[in-house]
Amino acid sequence: MKIVHSWLRELAPLPDDVDAIAHTLSDVGLAVESVDRVGATVAGVITARVIRTERHPDAAKVHRVFLDIGDGTEHHVWCGAFNMQPGDVIPWATPGTSMPDGRLIETKPIVGIQSDGMCCSSRELGLGDDHSGILILDPDTPLGVPYGRALGLAEEIVYDLDVLRNRPDAYGHVGVARDLAARFEVPFRQPSGAVAATGPTRSATVEIVAGDRCPRFTTVVISGIRVAESPDWMKSRLAAAGMRPINNVVDVSNYVMLETNQPNHAYDFDTLGGGGFRIRVAGDGEAMTTLDGVERTLTADDLLICDATDRPIGIAGIMGGQNTEIGPDTTTVALETAYFEVPGIMKSVQRLGLRTEASARFERGVDPLGIDTSIARFVELLRLTCPDLVVHEGYVDARTPSMPNPVAITVRPERVGALLGRPFTAAEISALIEPIGFACRADGSTLSVSVPSWRPDCTLEIDIVEEVARLFGYDKLGKTVPKSTLAGGLSPVQQRRRRVRDVLLGLGLDEAMPHPFLTDGDLSRAGLSADAVRLVNPLVVGDDVLRTSLRPGLLKAVAFNESHRRSGVGFFEIGHVYPPSDTELPAEYEALCVIIAGADAPRAIAVWRELVSAMGWGARLDQSKVPAGLHPTRSATLSAGRDVVGAVGEIHPDVLDAYEVSERVAVLELNLSVLLATEPKVAQWKATSRFPSTDFDLAFNVPGDVSAEKVDKALRQAAGSLLVSLDLFDVYRALPGDQARSLAYRLRLQANDRTLTDSDVAGIRDKCIAAVGKLGAQLR
Amino acid sequence: MIADIDAARAAAVAHIASAATVDDLRRLDTELLGKKGPLAQLKAGLGKLATVDEKKAMGAALNDAMTAVQTALDERRTVLARAERDVRLTAEALDLTEFVRPPTRGRAHLVTQAWERLEDVFVGLGFQIAEGPEVETDWYNFEALNMPPSHPARSMHDTFYVDHGAPGSTVLRTHTSPVQIRVMQAIQPPIYMVMPGRVFRNETTDATHLAVFHQIEGLVIDRGITLADLAGTIDAFTKAFFGTEFGSRLRPSYFPFTEPSAEFDIRTPKGDWLELGGCGMVHPNVLRAGGLDPEEWSGFAFGFGIDRMAKERHGVGDVREMYTNDIRFIEQF
Repeated sequence: MKIVHSWLRELAPLPDDVDAIAHTLSDVGLAVESVDRVGATVAGVITARVIRTERHPDAAKVHRVFLDIGDGTEHHVWCGAFNMQPGDVIPWATPGTSMPDGRLIETKPIVGIQSDGMCCSSRELGLGDDHSGILILDPDTPLGVPYGRALGLAEEIVYDLDVLRNRPDAYGHVGVARDLAARFEVPFRQPSGAVAATGPTRSATVEIVAGDRCPRFTTVVISGIRVAESPDWMKSRLAAAGMRPINNVVDVSNYVMLETNQPNHAYDFDTLGGGGFRIRVAGDGEAMTTLDGVERTLTADDLLICDATDRPIGIAGIMGGQNTEIGPDTTTVALETAYFEVPGIMKSVQRLGLRTEASARFERGVDPLGIDTSIARFVELLRLTCPDLVVHEGYVDARTPSMPNPVAITVRPERVGALLGRPFTAAEISALIEPIGFACRADGSTLSVSVPSWRPDCTLEIDIVEEVARLFGYDKLGKTVPKSTLAGGLSPVQQRRRRVRDVLLGLGLDEAMPHPFLTDGDLSRAGLSADAVRLVNPLVVGDDVLRTSLRPGLLKAVAFNESHRRSGVGFFEIGHVYPPSDTELPAEYEALCVIIAGADAPRAIAVWRELVSAMGWGARLDQSKVPAGLHPTRSATLSAGRDVVGAVGEIHPDVLDAYEVSERVAVLELNLSVLLATEPKVAQWKATSRFPSTDFDLAFNVPGDVSAEKVDKALRQAAGSLLVSLDLFDVYRALPGDQARSLAYRLRLQANDRTLTDSDVAGIRDKCIAAVGKLGAQLR
Repeated sequence: MIADIDAARAAAVAHIASAATVDDLRRLDTELLGKKGPLAQLKAGLGKLATVDEKKAMGAALNDAMTAVQTALDERRTVLARAERDVRLTAEALDLTEFVRPPTRGRAHLVTQAWERLEDVFVGLGFQIAEGPEVETDWYNFEALNMPPSHPARSMHDTFYVDHGAPGSTVLRTHTSPVQIRVMQAIQPPIYMVMPGRVFRNETTDATHLAVFHQIEGLVIDRGITLADLAGTIDAFTKAFFGTEFGSRLRPSYFPFTEPSAEFDIRTPKGDWLELGGCGMVHPNVLRAGGLDPEEWSGFAFGFGIDRMAKERHGVGDVREMYTNDIRFIEQF
């Protein structure tokens, strides 16, 4: 929202101190994004007449423009806009001009022909947002003079405000001036006025069909209008506020809106069918052409302004129609000033994707009682250029039962103090909020606060608490730190998650964070079920699958790095996955996935065992259940009790092909929501023996169908309590691919109370051989 | 006999002095002091001596000689061992700059690093940590936060909807604030919690904006909590996280779930102000949605982005870089 310094100072006697005003604006919650100086400040831009234009065969996107600045010489400019005709007067930036956007205008050749400067659009001159073509000035403009003088523009200082949702009133200069006056403690007179008729009865009829959508609709007929130019000061302010001056009627309409925040629309009364208005919702599929020349298809969500013959002449609160537009010959207008229901306008704006200065105000909420004042202001300003203007008797003010009711709020001063951390008396509260239009009446120990009609955001006591804080100044409320009686800290689950991460980092794995949205097909390419929750409105079409596994994202990361000549990466990710479910929310849980490129299954097992050792987890490794998408003979399911808690092994070669990964990839995938929730077993102390230990080695030929885990278990059971360590130190296959292999173990025995004898050791050795023999293995 | 002893002793000492290695000494030890050594043989001859006095004198002389030989052996051994160790040490010399392998430590994601540093600072300030689901119901994400359907502020959030449950009922959370409601429902005040997590906005990404990013949110609910407590807590955090030379301020703002609402800015030691996040007193309607009586309890909430902390700490030019999982990026930190 662009707020003009000189305009504010006309509404309230504020100091002529830009820094103080900018600072105060931020302080009262009207954040200043920038302070700009606009207007006739682009030195070096002068008026010039187009003599002729020429195309050049080697330059398709630009043409040559020859200019006359009244000095008899011809100036040549290359220009990319084609909206000018010979005879048009345009602003010409001479070489050496420094433009508002920081560009320096230089003489640059195109196809070897010099360009002397540049023809300018409105936007290039900081005169508004129009960049559709070069700004065409009045044909009578003198040539060779600064364009600002030709346009009658004075320099204006503009505050660009980020106006918040709860401050619809601050979309007008009056609302901003009101807040500033309160903080600067200068007088502010709320503008007020009534529609004063000066001529005979002449009026437009009003029929409100959709009363809930249009609580108030007023119209007054004004004649004696002569369409002309606006005074220079008005043009400067409009331009500074970002609206291009057009003619006196349109300019006054815009000016009143920017000042009072009340949009209005002037219809050419002579083209208004049936001489009246009918306000109704559109029929589904009904079409009309708006002022911008676009034909729009409407629905029953849109509110229409129609003429008395039911012909649509505007989309209420958003944009007028082409058919009743003011023309150069207009002498009589029917001025519409209305109040529309907020959610309805919001819906229409969103559906149509059409946001205008008017709709921006209606969808935030204008002052339903400010209409008469804005009409009076309209008449006052238009009379400056149309001294013969007549306001006709017959002002129509149609209201429906949906008009908002006045709001009064009971405010407890001690409550205000309790929330702001500093006592406020009823008198202090009144003194703070009455200058911005609230009316306070003491009612016993409480205050009854009447809310001004331009502040629809205030309905609760807490809204008044905020107003008090805002006007008092947040920075003056002090800073205290509450005393918590709680101990801060991470929960056990959070502590365990950090431990898991530390273990993985210690193993040399890097943490990755792939995108949680997958592309259609990513899951099936990974050999996983394609059943997933999907985004209804993805940012990128096709990027709409909520991941059910971390694997696809990490496989893409491996493929990316491999394609950049970085094979062998080792990644882990801790993140949420969102499998579908029949419950209120998807079956979201936290998962861990480790992916190590260029590594085989034992590497994944090693990571799992490190985690088991660090975290005290326990799980069964079941190689008979191959997890989806993993290598059929090198993978296992990890289960704890009846829960599957993870998968370990290698990625299936088919999946690697699908992801264009050429290395073997070791994988470990865990359900952290389950594993982190389990309280780990705390390791218990065992006495270390002071007696010597004895080692012996055993090597067995073990058939392929007997797992090392079984041999391990048999040895432990047979060796009993004297076994202090068991190491599988060699695995040997006679031929690669053999299933049968030799497993060599080293056992260390030790007693707590004595030195073991040879016969102790021999006995245990025999038991071990016998136990492993029962598995079908033979001592080598 | 005394002459024999002296001669044996002198010969032994001479042998020892000429020994070249520790191994030579080991051999000499046996030869000179063993049972068949010259001194031992002389000792065997003691019995043949006539008088007790003679035996005593010769015995003492023999003992002296053996001690002297032993001492000579020990001294020579020390010298030779040192010399041999020196030779080995010289031979073992390594150039420690050869074969330097790259470090094998893994690297935590930059966002994780910022996340944990933030958590640690808040833990130091007495906060606990809460978490919640990333896929949320419309009720938790909007309605309980004082944004009923058709509330204008909903349009401030570009929401991702998912095809779960009734149309429009399930969203990817647009902020971490739904966790506030879940915490209020789960535990009785006092509540001193921060809630870090992943959030989603249906916005086109650029160098400073992501559609999927991370926030941390704070919630304090207790008796008699005030706006001044909020300002003080923000200040304490600013000084603990950024340094004691940093300052903070609150500026009025608007959020549906807090009132009064504020933006909070931090002041750098150079005096520049940077916008950091939003905050405010928990709106009475939000307390009610969480099952708390706003007349009994009051509180404040604040929130800001985590990704930006990581981005600015490491000077990452484009926030999207942090999510490429490009090892060449990861290795830099």
